[in-house]
Amino acid sequence: MEPGEIHALLGENGAGKSTLMNVLYGLYQPDEGEILVDGKPLKLRGPSDAIAAGIGMVHQHFMLVPVFTVTENVMLGAEQVRGGIAGFLDRRRARREVAEVSQRYNLRVDPDAVIEDLPVGVQQRVEIVKALTRDVDLLILDEPTAVLTPQETEELLTVMRSLKAAGKSIVFITHKLGEVKAIADRITVIRRGKTVGTASPEASRDELAALMVGRTVRLTVDKAPATPGEPVLEVSGLVVDDERQCRAVDGVDLTVRAGEVLGIAGVQGNGQTELIEAIMGLRPVLAGTITLEGRSIDGWSTKKVLRAGVGYVPEDRSVDGLVKEFSVAENLVLDIYDRPPFGRGLSLRPDAITKSAAERIEQFDVRTSSAQAPVGTLSGGNQQKVIVARELSRPLKLFIAAQPTRGVDVGSIEFIHSQVVHERDIGTAVLVVSSELDEVIGLADRIAVMYRGRIIGIVGPDTPREEIGLLMAGITPDRDAPATSDGEAPAPEGPGSEDEKA
Amino acid sequence: MSTTAVPDVAVAPVDEGFWTRTRKVGLVLVALGLLATVLFGALATDATARFTLSEDAAGAALEIHGTFGAVLFGLITLAAGGAMLAGPPKRWFIPLLAMGLVGFVLSFLCWQVSDAPAGQNFMPLVNIVRGTFLLALPLIFGALAGVLCERSGVVNVAIEGQLLMGAFSGALFGSISGNVWVGLVAAAIGGSFISLLLAVFSIRYLVDQVVMGIVLNLLALGITGFLYERLMQTDAARYNSAPRFSNWEIPLLSDIPVLGPALFRGNIFLYLALLLVLVIHIGLFRTRWGLRTRSVGEHPTAADTLGVKVLGLRYRNVIMAGAVAGIGGASYTLALFSFTKNMIGGKGFIALAALIFGRWSPTGALLAALFFGFADQLATYLGAINSIIPGQFLAMLPYLATILAVAGLVGRVRAPAADGKPYIKG
Repeated sequence: MEPGEIHALLGENGAGKSTLMNVLYGLYQPDEGEILVDGKPLKLRGPSDAIAAGIGMVHQHFMLVPVFTVTENVMLGAEQVRGGIAGFLDRRRARREVAEVSQRYNLRVDPDAVIEDLPVGVQQRVEIVKALTRDVDLLILDEPTAVLTPQETEELLTVMRSLKAAGKSIVFITHKLGEVKAIADRITVIRRGKTVGTASPEASRDELAALMVGRTVRLTVDKAPATPGEPVLEVSGLVVDDERQCRAVDGVDLTVRAGEVLGIAGVQGNGQTELIEAIMGLRPVLAGTITLEGRSIDGWSTKKVLRAGVGYVPEDRSVDGLVKEFSVAENLVLDIYDRPPFGRGLSLRPDAITKSAAERIEQFDVRTSSAQAPVGTLSGGNQQKVIVARELSRPLKLFIAAQPTRGVDVGSIEFIHSQVVHERDIGTAVLVVSSELDEVIGLADRIAVMYRGRIIGIVGPDTPREEIGLLMAGITPDRDAPATSDGEAPAPEGPGSEDEKA
Repeated sequence: MSTTAVPDVAVAPVDEGFWTRTRKVGLVLVALGLLATVLFGALATDATARFTLSEDAAGAALEIHGTFGAVLFGLITLAAGGAMLAGPPKRWFIPLLAMGLVGFVLSFLCWQVSDAPAGQNFMPLVNIVRGTFLLALPLIFGALAGVLCERSGVVNVAIEGQLLMGAFSGALFGSISGNVWVGLVAAAIGGSFISLLLAVFSIRYLVDQVVMGIVLNLLALGITGFLYERLMQTDAARYNSAPRFSNWEIPLLSDIPVLGPALFRGNIFLYLALLLVLVIHIGLFRTRWGLRTRSVGEHPTAADTLGVKVLGLRYRNVIMAGAVAGIGGASYTLALFSFTKNMIGGKGFIALAALIFGRWSPTGALLAALFFGFADQLATYLGAINSIIPGQFLAMLPYLATILAVAGLVGRVRAPAADGKPYIKG
């Protein structure tokens, strides 16, 4: 690393980027090898050594105490104290420091705000303030854009440029090629824990992607034009609350037809989760109707919805999609274990379960040591394939996939996408929710953008990314009045904004 | 320097409907007020209820006509409930709730005192206040031990065991040495010993903290019970007759009416308890130690990435908690009684309830402990005047209140986020 350089660390999920950086930040101990700072080897026994050596890190999952104020979070671990051994906190001084740093780098952070009330974009800036007040020379940003809107990402890139101008070095970890090309001075690509190459930002997207995965992959999804048929799922005027009794879905109208993919784009936390859970009978519907082929499914149990021919890939596979301790074979029949041929009366039929598992594993290319291996031992991509295999093994009318490729390697993404398209081609109505805009654009025949519990626009897949990005931030291009409540132009906004304020 | 550039982030406001929490509580208060006005008013007699400012019937007193008092205070509760039904601003919630509950209790007392057998129509306030604090004392120490532990993320169900071990070692070493101070130090060490086991097993070996706490309570009961029978009882004069702290009268403060004689002529444990509440409160919210402790209890990973030694801090806090609870145990054996088997008798669990009722804050814990102590003392008083209300019924009420509190009736009760979760690096 050179001073004043932005160095991108590019690699797939699970390639070892975060682990490398955690070692650099002293959280993990290296088994072998050494770290050199200014030519001298450095032994890091913990994060405090790293901070002392001028290394700061913004973690993928923010390391902020939600019930503390910004100032308290910033001062933690490096408290200014008075009163000798008693150690009374010098809040005033810390507050001033936060304000100062925040102003110097134009980070716009209120020292007295409580973290849990702040939008994600602002929380991230708090993390940056935290590092800067510790006088770091090297700042590690671990997947900083994963939770941001395109506009917030743009702001972050601006902040990074101003840090660079101030002589700070930045390591920027990501798997998003566009951002790397936009900001990096130098790119290192990591695959399976090894550096596989360095590239300059002039390298093309395809070259970088090939380096990342080790073979050439298609970034677009091949598919024939859709031939939409009858409406299968119709949602109208749907209102749903989240678990804090805050309005999450606020009057959504949707139609998904047989043989088409409707993609729902939007920054996480704008009601997508609640919308899908309401359709699946996992969350009470407060108003509006949901019909499946003309029949109202409102008030149906999830089991009944599934049995009616709905396939569902939940957004968090480890919590909702799989029982990690169960075997692959068992997970493959979680939905129909009580039906012949897998179960009869009170007993299961292990033979039938094993036989069917073997077929599915073959058909869906699940890489596992055996059908009896606990599903938790599989990689993320293969776990996801198990869920997709289970859901697509039934004849479906409607297939709902929420974040179908989150945390999944590129090879599996390709496979899952082709399965989704295949399902569409055999006449199933498909609803895909994803916070990855590329995925939605690639898969969908129509794109609905969700913002603050509403569908604020339905556009075709050939709409420019920028336009969809603006919609995701709540700005409708064709009208003068933006959808934001106070009429302000693109402003930091994110899932966290739904929090608490109500 | 603010986030004003962020558009108003309020999502659709929570639509609670008409029956907000304030209104629901108001409805309950109205019901209580009606009950007090009508029932207590009808049952109260013409006798004058006297609340004497001393330890007996003599001296100055606050006097009120029985029926009149019961009706008056019942109406006050009714008014508080009515005000809450009108949907006042949020900050009025606590004052109105307090007014309603106090009114109800006073109405009840007017009835009880006026209805007492002739010659007993008085309530000695000094006794009541003193008794309240005396009964609350082990609860205060216990709940503070809980605060220290749980604020750093370790659930402390072992308060009972820590109190018991403190009481035992205080008695034993106080007796052997013949010195109260040695006894006090021994009590703190005894409590810390139980704590140390809790710390090692829950922090180092990741044993479930609740299970560990329960096991430690049984262990403390077993060890002290065994040693009591096999050692103390063989020569009670030598092993179980610890010297006791005498009462210290604090000049000036002890002259305050009611509070003076009740509070400022007490023993060291009373002063220590109040001092500890203050010290721990300031410590938690004003010092580096407190900031780090709270961060470790809320988000240990965040604290770790900033160089805070999570495990070390937890060890330290858990052991300190044991020392505090140990001293609480000694408030029995070095001031009131000699040691007997299982002498804590569940007070540790009540302290746990006080901790939750007091929302994991030192001052909250103090108030909750006093509330429990008051209910206990009131039950005793009612027994003494042959009330028709069974004392046990009254003694039950605090726990009912705790359940309601935990159910969220008096505001959201939120434990430290990482409470009970062992911290595993990486």
